[in-house]
Amino acid sequence: MRKFALTAIAAAFALSAFAGTSAKAAGNAPVPEAQEWSWQGLFGTYDRAQLQRGFQVYKGICAGCHSLRFIAFRNLEGIGFNEDQIKAIAAEYDIEDGPNDDGDMFTRPGIASDYFPSPFPNDKAAAASNGGAIPPDLSLMAKARLHGPDYVFALLTGYEEEAPEGFDLAEGKYYNHYFPGHQISMAPPLYDEAVEYTDGTPMTMEQHAHDVVAFLNWTAQPELEARKSMGMKVLLFLIVLTAMLYAVKRKIWRDIEH
Amino acid sequence: MSAPVWNNKVVKWVDDRLPVFSMLHHSAYEYPTPKNLSYMWNFGSLAGFVLVTMILSGIFLVMNYTPHADMAFWSVERIMRDVNYGWLIRYIHMNGASMFFICVYIHIFRGLYYGSYKAPREMLWWIGILILLAMMATAFMGYVLPWGQMSFWGATVITNLFSAFPIIGDPLVTWLWGGFSVDNPTLNRFFSLHYLMPFVILGLVVLHVWALHTVRSNNPTGVEIKTPQDAIAFHPYYTIKDLFGMGVFLIFFLFFVFFAPDFFGEPDNYIPANPLVTPPHIVPEWYFLPFYAILRSIDFTVFGIPAKLLGVLAMFASIIVLFVIPWLDTSKVRSSKFRPVYKWFFLILFIDCFILGYCGKKAPDDYFMGIEGLKVITVGQLATLYYFAHFLLVMPIVGKLERPKPLPASISESVLKGGANA
Repeated sequence: MRKFALTAIAAAFALSAFAGTSAKAAGNAPVPEAQEWSWQGLFGTYDRAQLQRGFQVYKGICAGCHSLRFIAFRNLEGIGFNEDQIKAIAAEYDIEDGPNDDGDMFTRPGIASDYFPSPFPNDKAAAASNGGAIPPDLSLMAKARLHGPDYVFALLTGYEEEAPEGFDLAEGKYYNHYFPGHQISMAPPLYDEAVEYTDGTPMTMEQHAHDVVAFLNWTAQPELEARKSMGMKVLLFLIVLTAMLYAVKRKIWRDIEH
Repeated sequence: MSAPVWNNKVVKWVDDRLPVFSMLHHSAYEYPTPKNLSYMWNFGSLAGFVLVTMILSGIFLVMNYTPHADMAFWSVERIMRDVNYGWLIRYIHMNGASMFFICVYIHIFRGLYYGSYKAPREMLWWIGILILLAMMATAFMGYVLPWGQMSFWGATVITNLFSAFPIIGDPLVTWLWGGFSVDNPTLNRFFSLHYLMPFVILGLVVLHVWALHTVRSNNPTGVEIKTPQDAIAFHPYYTIKDLFGMGVFLIFFLFFVFFAPDFFGEPDNYIPANPLVTPPHIVPEWYFLPFYAILRSIDFTVFGIPAKLLGVLAMFASIIVLFVIPWLDTSKVRSSKFRPVYKWFFLILFIDCFILGYCGKKAPDDYFMGIEGLKVITVGQLATLYYFAHFLLVMPIVGKLERPKPLPASISESVLKGGANA
């Protein structure tokens, strides 16, 4: 019976593993290369300095077209800014508020509880300014695509100057190695020294891409560190508890032939 | 076994008026359970545990969720970000659905292998299938609630299946949707039903356990309890065994919750629903993939019946057929352990279900496991054929022709011979 069950389980797992890997490889875009991220593994955490650099890249480059609707300024505490820094960042933005007592909408400087304002008032305006394509919201981008952060990184750095021979690139589109269909409306967004780092980190395009993807992974999973640290405690507790339950089970069943 | 005597005055007072303690005593201490149950018998109580977990986590999610097409996605993200431990509650609920199906599928395969559907356990088996159907409806409607791309398009594809029925099809779909497309009314009714169904499942589980306690547990030998030596009390023997199993299971379950919470999910569901953009691959959650493969494998018409209708009928039939297997199985022996031929067919069925799952995941025109020239749809068709042939042909024929191995005289005998380890 044991051998029989093992055969069955092995066959089943081999099949599902195969389904898992090759199903993802389907389609015409190559599988992005796996990158090293600070938050990987059971103990991985975010690198606050990297998140702040990534925020700088988002603010300086991405925010021109891409919204970040699920993130409020107050959330920036999670990437290591203090209350005063957050107030200062929020105040840089103009937020539409109202109506006031006269019934008019008005603009005021942002406060910590405001959400990041979107670059376009609505989808139509976004499409009109971007050749018909709507720049997607980035809050959840790092988990809304297959291969998550690796894909976003590959996309940001996967542009070709010229489409390969015989590829019919439409007007106003760019050739990207990793974008499904290869034709993307977003112009190559990053380049060396796209934003100015003050901590001495090299300002290469790759570094910018790494940093902004780290930031976007944080916007997608701000709970990651709390989740993993709680998970460690819970699993350790459960392993000890289960071992003890096993010992009790052995003791209770000691005199039973089974 | 005699009626219990209660020494505690309060317990006695209550028990004389409402015999809850006597009932507990009866169903835990006096309930004789075969002493040779393997760990395969842990998954029923585990499924019950997951059901309770799902109901509890679901109740807390509802406190913070907004069932409106414009706000559902946003409210789920608020749960993930702003509600205290909201991410934990949601990830438990999300992964709990997968865990529920893992437990129930193992539970069903165990029942199939050891012949737990055979007389006198037909009613027990039927109620189990009803629970599976109710679970599928619940899981499907629950998946729609976050109102992501896969929620919306999954709902569109699956509800559209009902349009395959002649004459009533289209009005039926409009009625299901509460409009002319999947929209806010659809979301609202799915939410209402998603909250209702778990309690229907709970009721069915009560019936399932009632039926179980009437006919008693099957066991790896398939031989009924004959003497008191064959059985032990459920408590403490199986309470502790179930608790230990629960510990192991929780480690597995919570590993996903804390370290790979999106493992079972589709990334597309983190994109808000958009009726104007169809995702390139609309795939159901993993637990529906084999049924999805059966649905898609019918790409031909028979006697003028359109392929789509046949597919839908085949998909429903794949579960309905389970209702009649107590009569399709002609073997006199319950446990496949003593069925040298059927046991290999069971193995084929088990692998067949995984092949179906694989085919459900892939696009029909892909190559099966990358084998040039072998299309997924073809393999899916063969796998579907075997699935039905297993129940409709193999079960009746092998049951008649096979010569089972000699059964042990009793559970005790098999235990003394070390048979439980075979």
